[in-house]
Amino acid sequence: MEVHSHDYRARARRIIEETPEVREAVTAATRTFVDHRRKAFTNLDQNALSRWAERVKSHALTHLGDYLEEAEARLVERGAHVHWAETESDVHRIFERIVREHGVQRAVKAKSMLSEEVGLNTFLESCGVEVFESDLGEYIIQLLGEPPSHIVGPSIHKSLDDTQAIFHERLGTPRDASPERLAAAARDLLRDKFLTAELGISGGNFLVAETGSIALIENEGNIRLSTSVPQIHVALIGIEKVLPRWADLSMFLQITAKSATGQPVGCFVSIVQGPGGSPAGEPDGPEELHVVLVDNGRTRLLADPEVWEALRCVRCGACLNICPVYRQTGGHAYGYVYSGPIGAVVGPGLVGLEETLPLPFASTACGACADVCPVRIPIPDLLHVWRQRAVERGLTSDVERSVLGLLTSTATRSRLFGWAESVVGLVPQWAVQRLPLLREWSLGRETPRASGRTFRELWDEDIE
Amino acid sequence: MRVSLFVTCLGDRFFADAAADAVRLLRSLDVDVDFPKNQTCCGQPAWNAGHVPQALEMAAHTAAVFADSEYVVLPSGSCTAMLRCTYPRLLEAPTVAERSYELAEFLVDVLEVTELGRGLEGRRLAYHHGCHALRELGVEEQPVRLLKSAGAGVIPWEMDQECCGFGGLFSVKAPEVSVAIADRKLDTLPDVEAVVSADGGCLLHLDGRARRRGMPIRFRSLASVLWEARRGGA
Repeated sequence: MEVHSHDYRARARRIIEETPEVREAVTAATRTFVDHRRKAFTNLDQNALSRWAERVKSHALTHLGDYLEEAEARLVERGAHVHWAETESDVHRIFERIVREHGVQRAVKAKSMLSEEVGLNTFLESCGVEVFESDLGEYIIQLLGEPPSHIVGPSIHKSLDDTQAIFHERLGTPRDASPERLAAAARDLLRDKFLTAELGISGGNFLVAETGSIALIENEGNIRLSTSVPQIHVALIGIEKVLPRWADLSMFLQITAKSATGQPVGCFVSIVQGPGGSPAGEPDGPEELHVVLVDNGRTRLLADPEVWEALRCVRCGACLNICPVYRQTGGHAYGYVYSGPIGAVVGPGLVGLEETLPLPFASTACGACADVCPVRIPIPDLLHVWRQRAVERGLTSDVERSVLGLLTSTATRSRLFGWAESVVGLVPQWAVQRLPLLREWSLGRETPRASGRTFRELWDEDIE
Repeated sequence: MRVSLFVTCLGDRFFADAAADAVRLLRSLDVDVDFPKNQTCCGQPAWNAGHVPQALEMAAHTAAVFADSEYVVLPSGSCTAMLRCTYPRLLEAPTVAERSYELAEFLVDVLEVTELGRGLEGRRLAYHHGCHALRELGVEEQPVRLLKSAGAGVIPWEMDQECCGFGGLFSVKAPEVSVAIADRKLDTLPDVEAVVSADGGCLLHLDGRARRRGMPIRFRSLASVLWEARRGGA
């Protein structure tokens, strides 16, 4: 999938200035998520839980090959087909083969960020397959032709009014239809698609190695339909989603739901372990189950000793919800499938630093994300690693380098520094507004008022 | 007790009077204050932007300046966090890290001050917690307790612990987002006469935005307000 991160600032500005309703919708929704999350962890030792979860995920990642092979063996025993996809094109080739072999014309798809990461919809459409998003939020943005704006709530940036308008236009519901009415309209339309689609596509929140179980969390019931009604089910799973033991799963389901939406656990949890009807398999389910294990940059990230911890991510979106930067724009400003703080640390690892700049700089370094991460990813530290590398590789601006170089050379010569501090106070306002960087400051702010004299000067005159 | 004041680069230039108030306040509590004149910048602007060699140079300079100080007190939460939390990652055995304190933290945790005076009787203030003071230093109650003990009403502010959007170079790299974040804070501000904070960067940013919007609110450095608390009641 294409990355458009270079335009971060311009996109962010457009969203803030031209579509203030997006900022309002995102702020309101994320604040609700944050409140619910806080309540969900009341009376629980969040630190103990996250330390445990961190250890389990880190262990799984440092023994990834073993656990993946174990999961594969269990799945194959029950009659599933397991595919290994190193790149986006590998994913496409695997789907192409399945689609061709079975003459698939229609697919229903459950919410899956990985499917967005590998541009699956566009690819399937190019193969002549009609794809219907079955998650309500995803369906809304599919109608609008937009990418998801949030890991958990893809249409978080849309107001009720936006949804009423597009449903009115496309599905003929009344312009002021209630949310229940809108959901009912989508359900009516999608029910028919579920019954006629040959292919159901899902992601996978977790893959348990011990039992070869794919766990899926949802609130609408569409994932269960997508994975059980069509004749073929393909689950697309990032290789980092593996958990060692069945016993690990229940707590991960809980901390993910609590961190994401504040729910004790998702309304529906589906466990998929094999196709239906096979002797060693499950009594119910699709005739064929394909599990596509996707790398797409993950092993490279895993091999990077400074940032590998980002792979512990369970995609709960808590870091997006708490992030003051994300809240102003939603995900579209970032120009990359994973937005917010976690997107800015995994993006450079998965697709390259140069491609995803300036995302590691799109943060105030406030540290709020680290407080809420259920698997203790040190996001601010990882952002800093990417910033450091951007500087080392000469990818940051010359102006910035000059300014900081100047600061350093004066700050290591104290007399020069004292003199410079005095001079800064003499720079007139009109000049400040023309200087690079300070020009940006004065776009929305008055310039700082310097003290009459520097503290150094006051100290020399004796402070009474 | 001897304290070296690290005024910080922003403090020197933009909050000189507040830093002088910090000196007055410490002296009034029988603390000897010195000001090593060769001090400059802690290096945080460079560190934050990813310029590690430059940050290292400034950190080494600062550690040398304060090598013999008993305590280093800063009227800045963010620079204190740089010394305490980041220097150990840059320098070998930077003992300055353990001897550095943000002003309110020093007063409450080291000097064990419970009340400075009653000089803030009847004042209505809001307190902005700088992110680094709050999350890296764990300074949360100390400044608020001191303000309240001097009679000030510290008015509840739902966003008092949220980032103001300054973020160092972020403020000029993504100015529109930076300002939008400030607006969220300003929009939820209760009816107060001043917003107080230990962080100069946050104060300059919030003040600059409030002035651009024509808001009559004052943004004040914690050091000045604490000196007022002391002086008024002394």
